Amino acid sequence: MAILDKHGVIEKNVTLLSVFAFLVVTIGGLVEIAPLFWLENTIEDVDGMRPYTPLELAGRDVYIREGCYVCHSQMIRPMRDEVERYGHYSLAAESQYDHPFQWGSKRTGPDLARVGGRYSDEWHVDHLADPQSVVPESVMPKYGFLSHRSLEGTYIEDNMKVHAVVGVPYTDEMMENAQADFLAQADPDSDYDGLIERYGESVQVRNFDGEAGVSEMDALVAYLQMLGTLVDFSTFTPDASR
Amino acid sequence: MAKKPETKQEVSTTGHSWDGIEEYNNPLPRWWLWTLYLCIIWGIGYTIAYPAWPMINGATKGVLGYSTRAEVAADIAAVEAQNEAINTKLAGTELTEISADPELNGYAQSAGAAVFKTWCAQCHGSGAAGAKGYPNLLDNDWLWGGDIEAIHTTISHGVRNETDDDAHYSEMPAFGEMLENEEIDQVVNYVLSLSGDAPDAALAEAGAVVFEDNCAVCHMEDGTGDRSQGAPNLADAIWLYGGDFDTVKETVTYSRFGVMPNWNERLTEAQVRAVATYVHSLGGGE
Repeated sequence: MAILDKHGVIEKNVTLLSVFAFLVVTIGGLVEIAPLFWLENTIEDVDGMRPYTPLELAGRDVYIREGCYVCHSQMIRPMRDEVERYGHYSLAAESQYDHPFQWGSKRTGPDLARVGGRYSDEWHVDHLADPQSVVPESVMPKYGFLSHRSLEGTYIEDNMKVHAVVGVPYTDEMMENAQADFLAQADPDSDYDGLIERYGESVQVRNFDGEAGVSEMDALVAYLQMLGTLVDFSTFTPDASR
Repeated sequence: MAKKPETKQEVSTTGHSWDGIEEYNNPLPRWWLWTLYLCIIWGIGYTIAYPAWPMINGATKGVLGYSTRAEVAADIAAVEAQNEAINTKLAGTELTEISADPELNGYAQSAGAAVFKTWCAQCHGSGAAGAKGYPNLLDNDWLWGGDIEAIHTTISHGVRNETDDDAHYSEMPAFGEMLENEEIDQVVNYVLSLSGDAPDAALAEAGAVVFEDNCAVCHMEDGTGDRSQGAPNLADAIWLYGGDFDTVKETVTYSRFGVMPNWNERLTEAQVRAVATYVHSLGGGE
C-alpha cells in the first residue's frame, strides 16, 4: 500500500489538501444532487393533478402555520392495512405541487392524504372548533379562532408567484385572477366560471364554513376537502414496476 | 507527564511522532472487521437483488423483480380471494334476508363493525350514539327510515352531498327571513310543547297556527315528521341539535343542513351491506 503511505505529502501541503478535499466534496455533491435533475422519471404522469387554487393554497398555509403536519401525515403507505383504512396509497404525483411536501413523519392523528369528501364541511368546522364535540376521545387542540380570522387574499398572488418560481405551473392568467378566484371559491353565488375554467372541474365551490366572507376556516376546509380527491382511481392503473 | 501504560505484548507504532507522542498501530478486532466486510458484501448483493441504483431512465429493477406496489396488490388480492365467496353472497342476498342466515349475519356484523369504526365513527361516534348534528343510530328515531333497505340507501347515497345525484335531499327554509321574531318564539314554544312542557304556554298556543301554516307541510300536522323528506319527528323528545329553547330557535331561524357523504364510491357493495346490517342491529332497526 505504498500510495497510502504518501498521505503525508497531502497533509503537509494546504493547497493540495484543498484541491483534493474539493474533489471529494464534488463527488459527494454529484451523487446527492445529480439525481434531482432526473426527478421527472420518478414521478409518473397521473391524470387529474392540478396546482392548488388560491383558496386551497391559503388553506395549505394555515395547515403549515398551525403545524398540522406535526400530528397528521399525508402519506398512505403501500400496505394493505393502510389502503383499507385510508384509501389508495399515495402517489408521488399527488405531492408534486407541494412546496414543501406534507408527508409528515408521525401520526398522533390519522393520515389526511385522502380526507377530502370523507366528512361534511360542517363536520370539519365543528371538529376544528371543538374536536371533542364529535370525537370525544380525540386529543386534538381547538382551532375555533380560525373562524374569526378573515382573509382578503391580498397577498395570494405573490404566494403563487413564489410557487411558480419553484416549478408549480401557475399561468399568468391564474396569477392575474388570483384574488378574484380566491374570493369566488368560497362564494357559491359569485361568478366562478373563470375559476373552473382555469383549474378544472375538480374545484369545489362552496361556502365552506357556512358564514359570510372568507375566513381561515373556509380556506383550511377547502384545502382539506380537496386532499386526495384529484386523481380518479377508478381509471388509474398502477405501474407495478414502480 | 503520565507514565505510558504497560502493554502485555509488543505492538508496533505507526511511526508518527509528534512532540514525542507516538501512536500505536493496533489492528482492528477481527470480528469487527469481518462484520464490516460481510456488510459490504451483503450491501452489494442487496442492490443487485432489489431495486436500487438510480439511472438516467429510472432505477435498476433488481433481479428478484420486487415491487412494493406488486406486493401490496398481492396482499389485497389474497384477502379479497379469501372473502370472495361470502362477499359475493352478501352482495347477492336480499337485504332483508341477511340477518336470517347465521353465517352471513355473523360475517356482516363483524365486517360492518370494522367498517363503522373506520368510516362512520368520526361523526356518529365510536359507540354510534352520535353527537350534536350527527344522528344517534342506537335509538329508534330515524330521519330517512330505519328498515334495512332505507339504511342501506342512506349509506350508499348519503344525504345532501354534491357527489351523488341520488343522495337524499331536502332543505328547510331559514324562517328568520320569513317570520317575525315573535312568531318564531311562538312556534318554538309550540314545538317544545309537542314533547313536553313549553316555557311559555300562552305563546305555545299561538304557535299552533304558525306551525300549521309553515311547518306542517313537512313535519306533518301532529309534528311527527315525514321520512320521505327527512323531516324529523318533533314530538318524540329526541333532538338532533338540542331541545332547549335557544337551540330550537336557532334551528328555526337559520335552519340546518346536515350532510352525509355517499359511501358507494369508497366502499364496496358488500361493505355497505355489512355496515347497514351492523347499524340495523344496533337497537333501532325496524
